[in-house]
Amino acid sequence: MHPALQGLLTIAIGVSGCVGYFYLSNQFLDKVLFPARGPNAGRNINRANMIRPWLFLFPALAALGLYLAYPVVETLRLSLTDRVPGGGYEWVGLENYIQMANEPKFWEAMRNNMFWLIIVPAMSTALGLLVAQLTDRIRWGNIAKSLIFMPMAISFVGASVIWKLVYDTRPAEQDQIGMLNALYIFFGGTEPQTWLTIPFWNSFFLMVVLIWIQTGFAMVILSAALRGIPEETIEAAILDGANPFQIFFRIKVPQIKTTILVVWTTITITVLKVFDIVFAMTNGQWETQVLANYMYDKLFRANDWGVGSASAMVIMLLVTPILIWNVRNARKEME
Amino acid sequence: MSDIAGTKPALRWVVHASVTFLVVLWVVPTLGLLISSFRTADQIATSGWWKSLFPSEQNLTLRSAAPDTQVLENGVYVIEGNLFDAGTTATISQWGVSSRAVDAFVTGDTAELRRGGTITVDAQGNYRMENSEEFTGSRGARVFVTAELPPEFTLANYHKVLLAEDSSDSMGRAFFNTLTVTIPATIIPILVAAFAAYALAWMDFPGRALLIAAVVGLLVVPLQLALIPLLKFHLNIGIGKGYLGVWMAHTGFGMPLAIYLLRNYMAGLPRDLIENARVDGATEFQIFTKLILPLSFPALASFAIFQFLWTWNDLLVAKVFLIDASGQTTVMTNQIVELLGTRGGNWEILATAAFVSIAVPLIVFFAMQKYLVRGLLAGSVK
Repeated sequence: MHPALQGLLTIAIGVSGCVGYFYLSNQFLDKVLFPARGPNAGRNINRANMIRPWLFLFPALAALGLYLAYPVVETLRLSLTDRVPGGGYEWVGLENYIQMANEPKFWEAMRNNMFWLIIVPAMSTALGLLVAQLTDRIRWGNIAKSLIFMPMAISFVGASVIWKLVYDTRPAEQDQIGMLNALYIFFGGTEPQTWLTIPFWNSFFLMVVLIWIQTGFAMVILSAALRGIPEETIEAAILDGANPFQIFFRIKVPQIKTTILVVWTTITITVLKVFDIVFAMTNGQWETQVLANYMYDKLFRANDWGVGSASAMVIMLLVTPILIWNVRNARKEME
Repeated sequence: MSDIAGTKPALRWVVHASVTFLVVLWVVPTLGLLISSFRTADQIATSGWWKSLFPSEQNLTLRSAAPDTQVLENGVYVIEGNLFDAGTTATISQWGVSSRAVDAFVTGDTAELRRGGTITVDAQGNYRMENSEEFTGSRGARVFVTAELPPEFTLANYHKVLLAEDSSDSMGRAFFNTLTVTIPATIIPILVAAFAAYALAWMDFPGRALLIAAVVGLLVVPLQLALIPLLKFHLNIGIGKGYLGVWMAHTGFGMPLAIYLLRNYMAGLPRDLIENARVDGATEFQIFTKLILPLSFPALASFAIFQFLWTWNDLLVAKVFLIDASGQTTVMTNQIVELLGTRGGNWEILATAAFVSIAVPLIVFFAMQKYLVRGLLAGSVK
């Protein structure tokens, strides 16, 4: 069957299946299982109302459980086992983790990830805050915001191609077609550089791509937060003779501290999962490896599920503090 | 008001200048790729894309018409014509007839041809060759010119990338595959999540708070953890790698954000509305379909855009759950990565392929930016 037809059929089956499930299960509950008539009408209504939420929740919970909760447990199990040739698994304890810890590539990925984790959220948040503040009071601010927000819509792969052209290198005697090298030569550089192969610094050239994408996200959220600051606090500061910088750093920033933290953590999570950019631009060569790409290498190139799962667990471990913080915040709000 | 707010004219200029600088910095990389996608391979390889916007001076080797077009005028053999292809308007500054002296003559000069006869070239590329004897040979004379060419763009790359028969370059198939992945993967989670969000927002049952907390927790669980267990699961239940698997995976991975966004929005709807409907005897199912769904349209739209952008731009999930060895089900992002590997130098193909894949999200982005922003805010600022 043609995939497009299959797609349409899936939409039809999926949508009618969902609607049918919800409609029929509710009908069954109200008409057959606990009908709201007869001697037990009142009790039946109460019982039906106790069960109904679970009818509404069931498909979503099944999807969540199967596609997100179960894999966490299963990955943990896989990271403690090894595949036996011919099928089956054997328990190996922490051996996968030890094997991983002895690999220099893993520590290279860890080191790079630390840089990514510090620099990308910091730069994106700072730039986002800067743009949000600057565009707030100018007439064409909305157009400017729109353009800086635009990379959010571009795939990591697309962004990688865009930036690969910026970083492109031609031999010294030719015209440079990459913007960075053209600028470098223009400002007095002698030899064109192959930016993505310079160890250590090349990671920063990859980070630029993610900062370029994430700044728009930070800007949108921080700009809304800045607009939410009560005017009186700013007016009071102006009357007291505060200059624009003091207003920004002493009055505005402290009031949106929580939002800054939310933006920071959200970008941190994106950074931990970053895979496409490294995969498409360097594939972890020239010391640019990161955890997510290391894991992909282990799982699908080396076919080593044990170590692959162990590195996935490392990513999970790094996310956990944010997870706990988020859950606690959410619970606080609901009270 | 803005004058009182501590802004000095000098500072205003700094603000305008810095915003302009940042916007240029943000737009130029994309612009470079867009412009490159309209240039020929030669143009891309020999000059930076920023030069293509202005007339450029180039050294070209051109050829006059062949001797069989010569005519006899008053006892002189003449060949006349224009060195450039029809439609090209270039301005020649210098020219020559030998590769060792390409700039020997200025326009209007007359040069001696090595094989006999003379040639005159004007600035527009019109030439006139004269000879007292018949021109011989099968090909015309070579003319080396230094000419200023106007900016030139072509749609040939798009034609090649979208319609090429050779499937290794073709984005046409990948485009439809991506669409096939994206649409069901956007619609189905919305429906499933909307019911759950309603239950979490407006129904009372034990364990509700715990479930909401669990959804918040699952929001940040890295996708990476799910790859192997789910691939194993898909292989075990027999759906293997394919569209069904990728639709299910995207539905599962999109679920926490969908529930979270929709629940937050639904919880903000006025309580009276729902309680009045309950008092009037509407069933929960009716309240949901007739009242909540239409009112939640903005939140549904927000999530739909997120999910659409995310599934359209995704590489990892497609690589793991969809793309098999046959390569028939490749998506655009994967196609681009393969092009990066095999044709890293062919910028005209790469740039065009990338732009084909970027175009749809960009259209969605600019058309529905309002909902996207609203969704982001609902998801983060709380």
